Amino acid sequence: MSASNAKRGVSFYLLAAFFTLFVVFLYGPMLIIFVLSFQGETGGLTFPMRGTSLHWFSDLFSSSRYGDLAGGFRRSTGLGLMSMTITAVCCLFAGLAFRSRFWGSGTLFYLCIVSLVVPGILLGLGISQFFQILGFRLQWWLSGLGAHLSWTLPFGLLIMFAVLNRYDNAWDEAARDAGATPRQILGWVTVPILFPGLIAVALFGFTLSYDELPRSILTVGGKNTLPIEISNMTTNVTTPALYAIGTVTSFVSFAVIALAFGLIAFIQKRRARA
Amino acid sequence: MTDTSKIDIRGVTKNYGDVRAVNEVDLVIEGGSYCCMIGPSGCGKTTLLRMIAGHETPSAGQILIGAEDMAHARTGNRGTALMFQNYALFPHLSLTDNVAFSLKVKGQPTAERREKAREMLDRVQLLHLADRVPSELSGGQQQRVALARALITNPRVLLLDEPLSALDEFLRLRMRVELKRLQNELGITFVHVTHTQPEAIALADQVVVMDHGTVEQAASPREIYDRPFSPYIARFMGGQNVLEARVTALNGEVGEATGANGVVYDVHDTAGLEMEQTIRLSIRRDKIAMKSADRPDRNAASGTVMNTEYQGTFVKVSLRTETGEEFIVYQDDAEFFANPSHVGETVNAHWDGALNHLLRGQNTSSGNPLEE
Repeated sequence: MSASNAKRGVSFYLLAAFFTLFVVFLYGPMLIIFVLSFQGETGGLTFPMRGTSLHWFSDLFSSSRYGDLAGGFRRSTGLGLMSMTITAVCCLFAGLAFRSRFWGSGTLFYLCIVSLVVPGILLGLGISQFFQILGFRLQWWLSGLGAHLSWTLPFGLLIMFAVLNRYDNAWDEAARDAGATPRQILGWVTVPILFPGLIAVALFGFTLSYDELPRSILTVGGKNTLPIEISNMTTNVTTPALYAIGTVTSFVSFAVIALAFGLIAFIQKRRARA
Repeated sequence: MTDTSKIDIRGVTKNYGDVRAVNEVDLVIEGGSYCCMIGPSGCGKTTLLRMIAGHETPSAGQILIGAEDMAHARTGNRGTALMFQNYALFPHLSLTDNVAFSLKVKGQPTAERREKAREMLDRVQLLHLADRVPSELSGGQQQRVALARALITNPRVLLLDEPLSALDEFLRLRMRVELKRLQNELGITFVHVTHTQPEAIALADQVVVMDHGTVEQAASPREIYDRPFSPYIARFMGGQNVLEARVTALNGEVGEATGANGVVYDVHDTAGLEMEQTIRLSIRRDKIAMKSADRPDRNAASGTVMNTEYQGTFVKVSLRTETGEEFIVYQDDAEFFANPSHVGETVNAHWDGALNHLLRGQNTSSGNPLEE
């Protein structure tokens, strides 16, 4: 270690400084919001802190000034769970199908990926027009779900490809050789082996939907999801409750991710137990 | 037992688009025998094995196991078990559950199938690891689990796809003995795909040499090694020099052929040969006498020593003949060291003309022999 210390040139320090800036930029704003959400009752939107309290958290849940936050949270969670389930199931089968290079698979793949590139707000506009032409009312659980899937499905598929990269098709063949039916192969071999990867796909399905704003604005109809409610708050609300909601939603996201990683670690530990 | 495990392959062809991987193969593998299929990669041996297992469907032709047509028998339901090249053990299951997998498919109760799996693991000396998962095992141990998993269904035919290729040299030799012992004990048919020539010779009752999707020769290892059908087999199996010559005499009991350098070779098997026809003969490298005083002009070769390689029980002497071809002699070690040849020296070698073997097959591809 000390030998390499002596050899560190200018480039090392430049890159280290760059990296430090990157980390500060990444976590600094989040940290400020986190700290300010504990602002005292008389405090405002900026530093200095006037004492610390949990006032703005309780204000968030008791006051009606902030719009339908609880409803937004419920809808966003529901939408996230629906997107998660559909994404995990569809991406599993789509990924398995793409293992063999069927006719038109390349074209199909690019068609799937295009909706990642299209601007979300435009896609939302298109979807809302489309649903109205078909005569459906815009609902968060219908057109809203469709808009979210246009985002989570291609993303999930890309992750599924990475997961399947490490899957040996000989496992399926070994099961087939033992006489297993396609359904038994899927249930006893393919899905259990891929399970940690599927959790990752599901996790992305949930979080991408949970905090999606551009695709939601024009598609959810009369009842807003949480990101829309928060977005509205930023223009109306001038109290640290704004930061409190930021802290709460960040905490939910982190909790979901921690849960998922915990589950993956648990499964892998059980498999590799000595 | 032996009749029900006989494999009869009739006119089997397999096309992948425009590529013909297996080309009208006819082959009978006797029940209860150890059959090794050997050939360079891409010769169709693995495809043929997978068709016997039912993982591929022939484009044309018929495969019968124990006189039953397998055209509509499902994989895993035809009395075969396949051991995969990299074993394909299920990474999420313990060894017990890996071995018990096919019993689970058959719907046996958990306790019963685990008991049977443990008996099988005991048989391959791995009972003490029964609760481990495959990633915690060495290569040799994984191979034995794969073997146990394949054998638990009591198959009529065990198919092995390059089973020893992932093991190191020491383990390979040990598992080779183990496989042969197991086959003797079970009395079922083993079909073993390999690209290693000594492995095939050592294990098989029947060696099937393939090239370009066809069976070039199927015979006992001794027959294949001693009396190869074509120049390709002589070169691929190793241990032979291949000589090209023109037929110059056919009257009399022993015919004659003359090489480009004017040396005359005896030809004992002259049926169907014509004068001036180009033929190829093989002569075993270990049947050649070195260091003749004079340069003989019959059943002989002379050339410059290019390399000598000590092999323990013999010395491999490589000559370059006047016509620029390689000619190799396996000389007894005691004989060599009594009168050693040196690189750069010109030496004469000769042999008993009765040992010249006529290669009737026309396939002259080199088949990239791995031996040297």
